[in-house]
Amino acid sequence: MMAVVAVVIALQGNLFAVVILGSVYSFLMATALVALDAVDVAMTEAAVGAGISTVLLLGALYLVRGEEQKARSRPWIPLVVSVAMAGTLVFGTFGLREFSDPTAPIHTHVAPRYINDAARETGVPNIVTAVLASYRGYDTLGETTVVFTAGAGVIALLRRRRRPEADGDRR
Amino acid sequence: MRQYLVLRVVAKIMIPFMLLFALYVQFHGDFGPGGGFQAGVIIAAAIIFYAIVFGLPTARRVVPDRLVETCLAAGVLIYAGVGFVGIFLGGNFLDYFVLDHDPVHGQHRGIFWVEVGVCVTVAGVMLKIFYMFAARRRDGGDE
Repeated sequence: MMAVVAVVIALQGNLFAVVILGSVYSFLMATALVALDAVDVAMTEAAVGAGISTVLLLGALYLVRGEEQKARSRPWIPLVVSVAMAGTLVFGTFGLREFSDPTAPIHTHVAPRYINDAARETGVPNIVTAVLASYRGYDTLGETTVVFTAGAGVIALLRRRRRPEADGDRR
Repeated sequence: MRQYLVLRVVAKIMIPFMLLFALYVQFHGDFGPGGGFQAGVIIAAAIIFYAIVFGLPTARRVVPDRLVETCLAAGVLIYAGVGFVGIFLGGNFLDYFVLDHDPVHGQHRGIFWVEVGVCVTVAGVMLKIFYMFAARRRDGGDE
């Protein structure tokens, strides 16, 4: 179903439909994540991917015209590059262990410690929260700083629009 | 969209519950799914919903720009502040064990404040970006 939505997005010329289909895609993705037992990620995907980014894209659409312009030249080289890249990635997945294989390296390094000791050491039953905020506290601090920097960057870019000649630069 | 009665009524009913759900996700994140990031996004989504239905100027009166910008920075400061409190109490940066006599309680406390920081920053940033985008054509693009 997600593949169908992706193909329709690629073929669709009307940008409004593309935005809405992107939202649909995000919801399908969230459903897939719930099926994979990653409820935290699914929640984020549903809220950010389907909710806020759709609103932001609609806001951007309000500023530009709603129809995609015809491409001036047929972009063959990017097509070849992306197909080659996708082929490489698919080829790479053949080298991975089977999904949910308990002896895979990713499950034997730190994961057992988190699963066995996280509740005792942090008193937090949700291991995702424990890992995110405690064991990986530095990383999360970095992420928060990244989010802050993104906000600051948007402010810096969009607030300086008093001069009329700078009007068309971010269309 | 101010003239659609159904939308307005539904929005008025829904928004308190959205905010409540955000708080639930925030404070129950230790036990169920969720945490600071998700809660922040849900808060932002609720306010964006409000802004869409009742108009941007109304939303800006309810949640002024100053508050949003303060949130933006305050979250990171809360997070980093937790780290420095750890140093002052004799531990390492972001060391939660020293925040309370009982190390497990200290962890709880540290995680709680860190999540608050994440939530505040995320909500602030999302709202700010929305405000800036939505305001672009309306009032000549400037704030």
